[in-house]
Amino acid sequence: MFRLMFTAIAFYIFAAVTLLSGIMVVTAKNPVHSVLFLILAFFNAAGLFVLLGAEFIAMILVIVYVGAVAVLFLFVVMMLDISFADLRKGAMQYVPLGLITGGILLFELITIFSVWKFAGSASDNIASKTPDAAEITNTEALGQILYTDYVFAFQVSGLILLIAMIGAIVLTHRKRPGVRKQNVADQQARTRDEAMEIQKVTPRTGV
Amino acid sequence: MELFVIGLPHYLTLAAMLFTLGIFGIFLNRKNVIVILMCIELMLLAVNINFVAFSSYLGDMTGQVFTVFILTVAAAEAAIGLAILVVLFRTKGTIAVEDISSMKG
Repeated sequence: MFRLMFTAIAFYIFAAVTLLSGIMVVTAKNPVHSVLFLILAFFNAAGLFVLLGAEFIAMILVIVYVGAVAVLFLFVVMMLDISFADLRKGAMQYVPLGLITGGILLFELITIFSVWKFAGSASDNIASKTPDAAEITNTEALGQILYTDYVFAFQVSGLILLIAMIGAIVLTHRKRPGVRKQNVADQQARTRDEAMEIQKVTPRTGV
Repeated sequence: MELFVIGLPHYLTLAAMLFTLGIFGIFLNRKNVIVILMCIELMLLAVNINFVAFSSYLGDMTGQVFTVFILTVAAAEAAIGLAILVVLFRTKGTIAVEDISSMKG
């Protein structure tokens, strides 16, 4: 009874803070505030994942989203010298359209999801059953199927990250004039004739 | 008592609200690419909540595996998107969406 109540209270707190910070992300005037509220939303979503028993995903969410993605956003927002007030000009004219579209979508989604029940036969089609939490930790259970059944997808996602890294470097790298760098082709193309010359030095005159 | 039992619909409703918030944010900040990217992150978070909630209530670990993959793709997308944004700002001096019309796409 007490445990059930605690779970419910934790869920409502995490859900409310996630939603409120989501609203702040969307409506904040200063994008730096948007990023900070995005971080808050991610932290609370991680709390929800812990409540659902997915501890590994929760920790990955904190590390990847808060530690990498949100900080990347923060860097870019602070690095670019942009007048954000100009970007907000005339934004209000799209609020009615956004409210109508969002309202319809929210109505439809809630109509479907708020009464969701699994079919009786749904449990027959489970691909990899969640093991008992008392026997094996969530991380270990996830690893046991991630590195066996889904190893190909796992490798492909690693490749995607590599491509993203190379792409980001190639895109943002710029050549500065006046910086001396090693040019291997030039070094290899040098011959003895252009690299040195032999001079006849007569005694007591110098070169 | 009924209020204290947190079921699958609770999580699904929360995820639906977050997703809608992301879409509404794109309408509201339709000039600012940075906030649009953040709204996409919010929508991906809503999708992740759906995946983990289904995974948890169905007792199937596969949902959590796919959450890991979504996280990977979201991180790659954010990195590439922000890199494009930085290059765009260097060449055009602005990130307003309506100024990016030179490709006539």
